[in-house]
Amino acid sequence: MSAISSPFPESAVAWKLPYRGKIGMACLIIAESAIFTIFVVAYLFYGGKSLTGPTPREVLEIPIFFSICLLSSSATIHLASRFLERGKRGGFLILWVLTIVLGVLFMYGTGREWHRLIYEHGLTISTNLFGTTYYSLVGLHAFHVTAGLLMLTIVLLFGLAGRVGQEQSGRIDVLSMYWHFVDVVWVVVFTVVYVLGR
Amino acid sequence: MSSDAMAIRTASETGRPWVETLHEWVTTVDHKRLGILYILYALFFLVVAGSEAMIMRIQLMYPHNAFVSPQVFNRMFTMHGTTMVFFVGIPILFGFANYIVPLMIGARDMAFPRLNAFSFWLTAFGGFLLYFSFFGGSGLYGAGSAPDVGWWAYAPLTSRAFSPGHSTDYWTIGLLVAGFGSIGTAINIIATILCMRCPGMKLGRMPLLVWMNLVMSGMVLIAITPLSAAQIMLCVDRYLGGHFFDTQAGGSATLWMHFFWIFGHPEVYILIIPAFAFMSEIVPVFSRKPIFGYPVMVGATVCIGFLSLSVWAHHMFTIGMSSYTNAFFTLTTLAVGIPTGIKIFNWLGTMWGGKIQFKTPMLFCIAFLFQFLIAGLTGIMLGSAAFNWQLSGSYFVVAHFHYTLVGGLLFAIFAAFYYWYPKIIGKMLSEGLGKLHFWLLFIGFHLTFDLMHIPGLLGMPRRIYTYEPGRGWDTWNLLITIGAFIQGIATLVFVANLIISYFKGAKAGSDPWDAWTLEWSVSSPPPSYNFASIPTVASRRPLWDLKHPEDQDGRYE
Repeated sequence: MSAISSPFPESAVAWKLPYRGKIGMACLIIAESAIFTIFVVAYLFYGGKSLTGPTPREVLEIPIFFSICLLSSSATIHLASRFLERGKRGGFLILWVLTIVLGVLFMYGTGREWHRLIYEHGLTISTNLFGTTYYSLVGLHAFHVTAGLLMLTIVLLFGLAGRVGQEQSGRIDVLSMYWHFVDVVWVVVFTVVYVLGR
Repeated sequence: MSSDAMAIRTASETGRPWVETLHEWVTTVDHKRLGILYILYALFFLVVAGSEAMIMRIQLMYPHNAFVSPQVFNRMFTMHGTTMVFFVGIPILFGFANYIVPLMIGARDMAFPRLNAFSFWLTAFGGFLLYFSFFGGSGLYGAGSAPDVGWWAYAPLTSRAFSPGHSTDYWTIGLLVAGFGSIGTAINIIATILCMRCPGMKLGRMPLLVWMNLVMSGMVLIAITPLSAAQIMLCVDRYLGGHFFDTQAGGSATLWMHFFWIFGHPEVYILIIPAFAFMSEIVPVFSRKPIFGYPVMVGATVCIGFLSLSVWAHHMFTIGMSSYTNAFFTLTTLAVGIPTGIKIFNWLGTMWGGKIQFKTPMLFCIAFLFQFLIAGLTGIMLGSAAFNWQLSGSYFVVAHFHYTLVGGLLFAIFAAFYYWYPKIIGKMLSEGLGKLHFWLLFIGFHLTFDLMHIPGLLGMPRRIYTYEPGRGWDTWNLLITIGAFIQGIATLVFVANLIISYFKGAKAGSDPWDAWTLEWSVSSPPPSYNFASIPTVASRRPLWDLKHPEDQDGRYE
């Protein structure tokens, strides 16, 4: 195979490049941010422009408890990945489960809110502009939480099978970046929908 | 050296059932094969969308022509525009990026090979979904109809009341799916460039093609996604009864325009920056000089990337925005002319004093230079709000953007074909047919698109399926159509050249152009692992260093 060997000498220079997983996830986060930006702009643009009720002020209640759940799950996933980095798999698994529980709690909160809005206030996605923008913005975020929960659960299954160790901590960090992003988006959505929008 | 590699390759490929070869191509995750798939897919749609353009030109050849019905004409311009932008422009550029970028930075594959395959098949599926509308657009009861809402699909034309059936949904979902594919590939290109460079390939030593694809991919991330978001909204409107763009429920048609053009304008830069990338590789090689002003080129590209995000509303001057908005978007639009002008001067500076070789790729590059300049000048005319009010929605606009996309992008793509075909296939494209292709396309292009400005100035609106005689448009339209036919013939010559040279072309060898970037250091076509050992580079032109050890490039950088 000498015929196709490279004319270049083997590397001798010190050469370190960023981890592709992190760069890839950072790019995905940039792209997702643009999608969320458009939905947020639509929400703000249409704020108060609904021709019929119900209005946000009448029906929305601030979901403080469930927001705290989601935001604190950022802390637990961060600690979990630190545990894994130091090779403490037990601590990692406990915090990982806690992260999933907090995420599921948040989704339960969203589900309960939607149930209340639909059955008590008759607000659906086709009721008025508020319904259209509210369900699509909050729904888009909930979709991302759900996707995150699925990925977290897959990691959990591997973890329970004993397949997640120190050498995977780079990948776990990538997933944790995604989860932090979902949390940051919630801060924006919360501000827009429950603070400014009301 | 390279013939041995070829021998190994062919020995392993002959005598196998074609099903196995097909299976290999469908399941491949090799960046070179995916690049070829992207390019073939785009060429197929280039012919399809080109035929749609021919149908329109035949219809407009003379007044009161009845070659196609108004309904079909609407479908043709919608499908032509959509296909050319999403299923020709983007895939062909991604194809070249896929093929060349890893080779240029000394990598063995992209950062995420499986994501690469997934993204390609998403894009492919999006295209087939769009074209399936010809059969399924009206649902089971109808004969089918393609989308007819125009490629920017303004509200409220896309609402259920005005677009019954499913044709608009095929448009929406086809583009949504293809958009996700584009985002996947953009992520992949960025991760490849940032994380897979060979030792010594610092950011400041990357070939300009790599730099420009980095900027292009970054723009894809923030420009394609608004369209995806807007299309999700359109789906919500059409399927779930939402009111985003429903003016009767307080929604806004203008918001769709903003969302569309926040995507739409950066999109044209996403298409043209890779054309700049081809120019920046090909012009130096055929001028036998290194690129003039490398850092300025990088800076100008990044600058165009940023500026292009703030110019979108120049597509909307006629909807009645405030005078401050008009002034802002006029200024930003004119500002794009500065970095673009810098680039043109840099290419001229590269050619200045060089030993220019007028091979086919260089001919296309030179034509690009002044055609793109003219396109930029009409762009500056249209970018000024007052002028725009007169000519928005006229054939002048059509002439302008075809000047950029055909006279600019397509010419650069053909230059890239003639330049890299030897690397990809291992055979040279025929110079004779290449020159014939160039001159036919050149004449046809100028006949069509130079003259198209004039009926625009005379008031001919775009998207009309026919016109009254005696308005001074007749002769122009006839000549434009003749030009279109010449371009069609030129494209056939090109396709013939691709096929004939594939079988009968002269052997290329690994470095037919005496070029300087890493892809020319491996055999043609490159082995599946690209580099037997990962190269180390010490300058922007590693092959120059290799060929001229006494005069290393690094000393001058």
